Amino acid sequence: MDILNALVAFLNFVFIPAAAYGAQLALGALGVTLIYAILRFSNFAHGDTMAFGTAITILVTWGLQSWGVSLGPLPTALLALPVGIAATAALVLGTDRAVYRFYRAQRAAPIIFVMASVGVMFVMNGLTRLLIGVDEYRFDDGARFIIAVRDFREWSGLAEGLALRSTQALTLVVTVIVCAALFWFLNRTKSGKAMRAYSDNEDLALLSGIDPERVVRLTWIIAAGLATIAGTLYGLDKSFKAFNYFQILLPIFAAAIVGGLGNPVGAIAGGFLVAFSEVAVTYPWVKVAGYLFPGWQPGGLLQLLGTEYKFAVSFVILIVVLLFRPTGLFRGKSV
Amino acid sequence: MKKLLLATAIGALMAGAASAEEIKMGMSLGFTGPLESMAPGMAAGAEMAMKEVSDSGLLLDGSTIVPVQGDSTCIDAAAATATVERLITAEGVKGIVGGMCSGEAIASLQNVAVPNGVVMISPSATSPALSTIEDQGLFFRTSPSDARQGEVMAEIMMEKGIKTAAVTYTNNDYGKGLADAFAAAFTAKGGTVTVNSAHDDGKADYSAEVAALAAAGGDALVVAGYVDQGGSGVVRAALDTGAFDTFVFPDGMVGQALVDNFGAEIDGSFGQNPAAEGEGREKFLEMAKTAGFDGTSAYSAEAYDAAALMLLSMAAAKSSDPNVWKNNVMDVANAPGEKILPGELAKGLEILNGGGDIDYVGASSIEMVGAGETAGVYREVAFDNGEMTVVGYR
Repeated sequence: MDILNALVAFLNFVFIPAAAYGAQLALGALGVTLIYAILRFSNFAHGDTMAFGTAITILVTWGLQSWGVSLGPLPTALLALPVGIAATAALVLGTDRAVYRFYRAQRAAPIIFVMASVGVMFVMNGLTRLLIGVDEYRFDDGARFIIAVRDFREWSGLAEGLALRSTQALTLVVTVIVCAALFWFLNRTKSGKAMRAYSDNEDLALLSGIDPERVVRLTWIIAAGLATIAGTLYGLDKSFKAFNYFQILLPIFAAAIVGGLGNPVGAIAGGFLVAFSEVAVTYPWVKVAGYLFPGWQPGGLLQLLGTEYKFAVSFVILIVVLLFRPTGLFRGKSV
Repeated sequence: MKKLLLATAIGALMAGAASAEEIKMGMSLGFTGPLESMAPGMAAGAEMAMKEVSDSGLLLDGSTIVPVQGDSTCIDAAAATATVERLITAEGVKGIVGGMCSGEAIASLQNVAVPNGVVMISPSATSPALSTIEDQGLFFRTSPSDARQGEVMAEIMMEKGIKTAAVTYTNNDYGKGLADAFAAAFTAKGGTVTVNSAHDDGKADYSAEVAALAAAGGDALVVAGYVDQGGSGVVRAALDTGAFDTFVFPDGMVGQALVDNFGAEIDGSFGQNPAAEGEGREKFLEMAKTAGFDGTSAYSAEAYDAAALMLLSMAAAKSSDPNVWKNNVMDVANAPGEKILPGELAKGLEILNGGGDIDYVGASSIEMVGAGETAGVYREVAFDNGEMTVVGYR
């Protein structure tokens, strides 16, 4: 019984939140890594692209709700998602035309692209705030829980409760579907193969008749889709506030770099690694330990780091990986 | 030339006729920042008192009051210090209603007001740190210290049989002061605080904070935060993961927003906030309605009282010099004397001009104790069936 209690406490406070958060980071890191692989720069505007896409999705969700449209137990935002993706794709394609294409024609150094993307970030930042405001919004509707704490306690008779929110489950399911679709696209379709060829060797790809502008456009559209999906899932699961998307840029980059920039598998692994480290390091293990070793009563909380230092964990992982394995765990393109 | 001479002569005559002056009064409130929705109501309250005194023409031979607003930002101590600096050195104010939040109030008081010898009366800074601050008699407040709220909260919990509690507070002077005051009072009464940890406002996700609180455990969770900010986020995460069922809400959390956010989910929880009842408050609400603003807005009544106290003290001291009238604030606020309610400032001025004594009650039942702060009346509320009900006052 005690072992079961320990397991449930672990699932409830560590595994489920970290898995959902990891999936959101993984989707964000996939977008960053894709742009790095094909356009060859770190896109700092990615966090705010997520915020913009989510803002559009929320606005459309409100519109749908006012017309009385809903998806039953699923959040209405899923219906609004395609519109959000389309609007975000239009925005990033416009940005590429207005900003990045100029530098591409100049064959500018990657650092210039990065700086340009910082500028784009601030513009998008302001755009999102003008569009929806700076306040916090909750836009999840439908069923809140798949497993509610009270029901679980009654059903199992355990002291510990287990909660599984529908948004957490939805995040994981959507992430699996999106990743499967992305890998199928990259490995099986002609356009995907063209993108990979362009990523591996630009000149050879040009020689074999691949249209570079088409590859770039495709990349932006896919990145916009990933960003909007990641942002919407994050907003559904937690809450939407424009500033928070700027803040998760750091863990997203940590995830992409840990996995190896430019490597999609690495981005996914990195996302989960960062999320699990953040949660596990700041979780006080005293309760779990108490169940596992009934005779042992530790004095403290067995917490490695205060929860205020959550973001510091991403920094530490980033530094350690860059020191000992600069290309990342999955051998991305070294910077 | 003739005209100029004439004008100068008339000017000289008028100046000689009376010693009436134009008294500037400062307001250092957070017109921008996390409490920006409260600031206009507070400014309106304070300005109403100033206008009442100006219109009566009874203060210091018919002096008029000119309010000067300054933005304290609530969170940026440097900005608040600059604002108060401007009010005192550039505008030459004789007293300041403010600061609004505890942190900036402490900074602007110590850095500017005390060195320049100007009185600050805060309507809303409640940190216990302000009770013991070196203020040379220049700081007062028309709100009670959170040390008192900590005691009241511990008392209520003990009566309900809650012996262990986890505490989470918003990471600033208000939250930390209240949480520490509560922990001290609760421990003194024989309770145990399992964990006393901070949460930062404005985050999307509080599951990590709640996981830490849940690991420490306790019969109830005390949430010393803001209802529009992280406080509600913590409660949401705690309810979702089933970490706590019973919550205790201090003043930053008690409000209609809490009921709107959680409804019946927080049944069985309770809380308290400073709120006066009685004739003075009702009269103030009426006056506010006539003046065109909402008197029930938080700390609006306290702001009216802060301004009124300053002006009445000037009348009692027969001087607008803050270093003189600072000694009269306690006398004006407390018994003995005629009780003065909102809207009766003219009556109070008349008595003071005649050398009499008054006991200013005002809109928030002012009774100054200790180092110049109100004793405070707290309203105890309980949450049942998705509604907030007032249990009583203590």
